[in-house]
Amino acid sequence: MARGLVVTGLLFVALSVSADEVSAPRRDELRNLLLQDCGSCHGMTMKGGLGPALTPQALQGKDREMLVVTILQGRPGTPMPPWQGMLSRADVEWLVDSLYQGVTP
Amino acid sequence: MNALLRLVVPGLLVLLAACTTPRGTGDMGVVIERASGSLAIVETTHDSRLGSVTGLGDLSHASVVYSRDGRYAYIFGRDGGLTKVDILTETIAKRIIQSGNSIGGAISQDGKLVAVSNYTPGGVRVFNADTLQPVADIPAVYGTDGKRSKVVGLVDAPDQRFVFSLYDAGEIWIADFSQGATPAITRFKNIGKQPYDGLISPDGRYYIAGLFGEDGMALLDLWHPQQGVKRILNHYGRGQRKLPVYKMPHLEGWAMTEEYAFLPSVGHYEVLVVKRNNWQQKAAIPVHGQPVFVMARPDGHQIWVNFAHPRNDTVQVIDTESLKIIKTLKPGKAVLHMEFTPRGEQVWISARDSNQVTVYDTRTFEVIATLPMDKPSGIFFTDRAHKTGL
Repeated sequence: MARGLVVTGLLFVALSVSADEVSAPRRDELRNLLLQDCGSCHGMTMKGGLGPALTPQALQGKDREMLVVTILQGRPGTPMPPWQGMLSRADVEWLVDSLYQGVTP
Repeated sequence: MNALLRLVVPGLLVLLAACTTPRGTGDMGVVIERASGSLAIVETTHDSRLGSVTGLGDLSHASVVYSRDGRYAYIFGRDGGLTKVDILTETIAKRIIQSGNSIGGAISQDGKLVAVSNYTPGGVRVFNADTLQPVADIPAVYGTDGKRSKVVGLVDAPDQRFVFSLYDAGEIWIADFSQGATPAITRFKNIGKQPYDGLISPDGRYYIAGLFGEDGMALLDLWHPQQGVKRILNHYGRGQRKLPVYKMPHLEGWAMTEEYAFLPSVGHYEVLVVKRNNWQQKAAIPVHGQPVFVMARPDGHQIWVNFAHPRNDTVQVIDTESLKIIKTLKPGKAVLHMEFTPRGEQVWISARDSNQVTVYDTRTFEVIATLPMDKPSGIFFTDRAHKTGL
């Protein structure tokens, strides 16, 4: 039991170090979230809707950390909700990097 | 002669059957399969899928209205696509890309105009329902420097009008087409911050916009528009304790019984019950999650509710007399939409991430059928053709 906790703890540290460490099944979940749930407001092709466009062109020159914090903490005064609690920092970094590269349904 | 008929008639029947057997569309509908940009054509007599139409573009947040003969479905895509689908022949009759980014649409009282509300460029464009040729363009310009607002909550209203809300501007506009193709526009300013959706009462009299940026709703009496927009339900909204909203509530399908209206709370796990005669809140019913659609069975005896991410695997049913939850169902992962058959004996529920639509008996709550679909979202039956605002 104690050993299991230690392993889980290590895994968590590893996950929070780099977005590359997000597991393959988790990536599938995140990809689905990005297309379907983020897509509700930003469009499934990320060309925007009630929320702004999130295409590579639209994100050009936008700071990675600013985007990560926007997803984690939301944007007051807009419908963008905070996703922390549901998504880890590693999850969000993976999402942001995916957006920089471009997302296609 | 009789002998001849006996020979010829069966032959004709065989010929007819070999072509398409004529049928009505009253028991038909469509389901949006949003990931593949296709449409499932369904019928509710045998609960089956009749066919598919593909090539409809980005269908995230797609919606549908029907021609008054119930034969053509107009599909409003997120990518600005407006597609007219013949649900009998399962073919695209016409398709245009009318803007960069759209959110919904409406068909006029006389069935001759189809209006689309656009985010980019912000405004409403109106088309001939028959040909999809442009009829009118209404840019949602506000303020003094020519900015254009995203348009939401577009509905049709009696006397050949369309009504819609300007999300960025905080305005409600009426576009009156009763005098022809050039609409008379009436603007109502300062109706509240960030109207996110709108609805019209089933009788077509009241237009109501939900506000995201502040509490309350904006009410316009279309019998007396000169009286202006009133604020109602000042406690309705996100309130003091502003919880995050993971999916905007939808106001279409305004659930009304004789006495009450039922509304999705914004961010809170409640369905609000409002008295129709004075728009005062009567009760708040605690529910499983943040409601997205709050819909009345056609007879008004039950209210069905689905919920926002991440509590979106559940549907709850409220009894409108006791105001108590009488059933909790688990139709699958990511429940997006519900649609009742015209007289309400069935409800069809889409579960996007379970790739299925489940048909329930609304009296026994038993599953009648399960239809596999590719990421199903909105379900639209043809009886919408004859309902104001749908």
